[in-house]
Amino acid sequence: MTQAPATSTNPAKADSQPAPTKPSKEMMLKWLYDMQLIREFENRTQQAYQQAKIGGFCHIYSGQEACAVGTIACTNDDDPVVTAYRDHGHALARGMSAEACMAEMFGKVTGCAKGKGGSMHMFDKPNWLFGGHGIVSAQTPMGAGFAFASKYELEVLGTGKKKIALCYLGDGALDQGAFHEAQNLASLWDLPVIYILENNGYSMGTAINRHTANSENLEDRAKGYGIKSITIDGLDILHAYSELKPFFDDCRDKQRPGFVNFKTYRYQGHSMSDPQKYRTKDEVDQFKDQDSIAKLCSDLMGMGHIDEAGWKSMQKEIRNTVLDAVEAAENAAVPEPGELYTDVYANPEKNLSPTATYTHGTKNPLM
Amino acid sequence: MTTMPMIETDIHPAVDNPALPVFLSEDQLPSREGDRIVQFREALREAMSEEMRKDKRVFLLGEEVAQYNGAYKISQGMLDEFGPKRIIDTPISENGFAGMAIAAAMTGLRPIVEFMSWSFSFVAADPILNNAPKMLYMSGGQFGCPIVFRGNDGAGGQLASTHSWCVEALYANVPGLKMAIPSNPYDAKGLLKTAINDPDPVFFMESERMLGDKAHVPEEEYYIPFGRARLAREGDAVTLVSFGRPVNFCLEAAETLAAEGIEVDVLDMRTIRPLDIESIIERVKVTNKVLVVDQSWPFASIASEVITQICERCFDWLDMAPARLNTEDVPTPYAKGLEYDYLPNPERIVDAVRDMLN
Repeated sequence: MTQAPATSTNPAKADSQPAPTKPSKEMMLKWLYDMQLIREFENRTQQAYQQAKIGGFCHIYSGQEACAVGTIACTNDDDPVVTAYRDHGHALARGMSAEACMAEMFGKVTGCAKGKGGSMHMFDKPNWLFGGHGIVSAQTPMGAGFAFASKYELEVLGTGKKKIALCYLGDGALDQGAFHEAQNLASLWDLPVIYILENNGYSMGTAINRHTANSENLEDRAKGYGIKSITIDGLDILHAYSELKPFFDDCRDKQRPGFVNFKTYRYQGHSMSDPQKYRTKDEVDQFKDQDSIAKLCSDLMGMGHIDEAGWKSMQKEIRNTVLDAVEAAENAAVPEPGELYTDVYANPEKNLSPTATYTHGTKNPLM
Repeated sequence: MTTMPMIETDIHPAVDNPALPVFLSEDQLPSREGDRIVQFREALREAMSEEMRKDKRVFLLGEEVAQYNGAYKISQGMLDEFGPKRIIDTPISENGFAGMAIAAAMTGLRPIVEFMSWSFSFVAADPILNNAPKMLYMSGGQFGCPIVFRGNDGAGGQLASTHSWCVEALYANVPGLKMAIPSNPYDAKGLLKTAINDPDPVFFMESERMLGDKAHVPEEEYYIPFGRARLAREGDAVTLVSFGRPVNFCLEAAETLAAEGIEVDVLDMRTIRPLDIESIIERVKVTNKVLVVDQSWPFASIASEVITQICERCFDWLDMAPARLNTEDVPTPYAKGLEYDYLPNPERIVDAVRDMLN
């Protein structure tokens, strides 16, 4: 089999060519690799959290892998991406190294934000990932803003090209006013932003039918703003890609917004501290029986693209990559006390604070 | 992975920002005296238009800024010059368009967001406080936020309590942002031009009651640096420290006091964050008495902060406890007379100075 590179990079983007509508064998194997990488990474994240090596709020992506991997597969490498706080999967799918992602959660200087952001704030400028945002729906006006910026570059500066911005949101974000304002702006101004609703059925512990009106017909909302929409079975990435690629291409071509109701499921609690009293183990098991990674693996075996030995060797390679990332994060340095006062201002003039003297930060490890 | 072909943002904090203008010392700035008399609103417009002519990354968005020519006519004519892609009418969605503009700033564009009133900024509190000032820090120095939020701040004239907010004390509390608050057309232009070029988020405070104020604004280009106060009037009895519209109340009070033979300093801070504490100390060492005149409410106000810093930095030079004169500690009333009494008006300043000297 084709060995995936240690730093996850979407092969569809490797030569900056738009991804084909029909995925190649290499692309599909890479998806399998990335999805398993996220799963393995999140297993180790939970372990490290339980060992108190990771602090704060930490939201596990397991179960939803097909969403990040399947949607990012439809983008170009310079399409801006922004997401909420359940963001490890997007960061890895977008190409952040497992080491930078893990080290960030360990609060180390080798983390993507030098240990200043943590689990909820994954930023990766070289891979056009604009966070990781902690406030529910705060990222949705920003999604419109990245689309606005790419259009502004194209139309005013004459330097850009037709892009799409990807903005992920959980179903809890449906209920925030910010998202409604964002959809209105996106449609009103023809902003090429695709809102990807990662509909895992729960806003923290509140089931979707208890937190949002007309929850069976979520596309109606997008229609209300004149935004085209699609609902996707999120447990089958091959199906998802075949539906989403033309949808994304159309948004890019027409420079119009889109809304994807991506039906998925999270295996773990809302955050690491969630006892999950609001759902049954049976419900979780039902979804685990339809696991998207197992499905893709079995599909690829059916196509003859991978065999048991190949899958085992891929899993082993991923396990080692993630273990290396954990080890590197453990061994990396914690930020020096002086880092407290860096990166507060890009132009740190004097007298900005009565007590602090701000300075420029050290170079970010990703840049 | 290809290197990011983003617009050059100059935001990486490891390098100095080459886009910052060259600042002249106060005595090298063009003269404040002259006959090119323009209104405060025109000075703001000149600042934005000059920077927009120079830098296509700069654009203006807000409610009624384009076709309506500005709710307060600040952006009058700008749509004609720059077109609808750079002068952008927004729906009444402060949360939405502020968040949108912040994202645009993260990519290296230079948005100017007009809030018709800072009172309306509260519905955008999450993006302007939680995103703009923290982006550089949260991203470990990867993404800055070169954006200007500007609009009317303070009592606008019988607008009652929801529309008369002074937001400076609330917002200046947040590290990562800068705050400028001019008191006259000359400074308004020079400070706004600096704000647009600054790589950090700048909260720019104007006043509906000053937009018609007229003064000489020179033809030649100038920038006023942040963190440099101006001694608007020199005296020896008391140093009045103020910023924004109340500077003019102080100057009026100073005239009244001068007729009684009392000469006071009026120090116009021009920016709150950074705060030019050195200029305050310099004058306190002369007058040994200080009164901070502040249009926000007294509790945890800018005056509280200024006085704390004075006590920390030049306590021994004080002849008496530093004093503050704030807006009265009540919601803003509608009735004209009550609103006047509520503000730190010239009569209240005169009384406060007399009290200090008796």
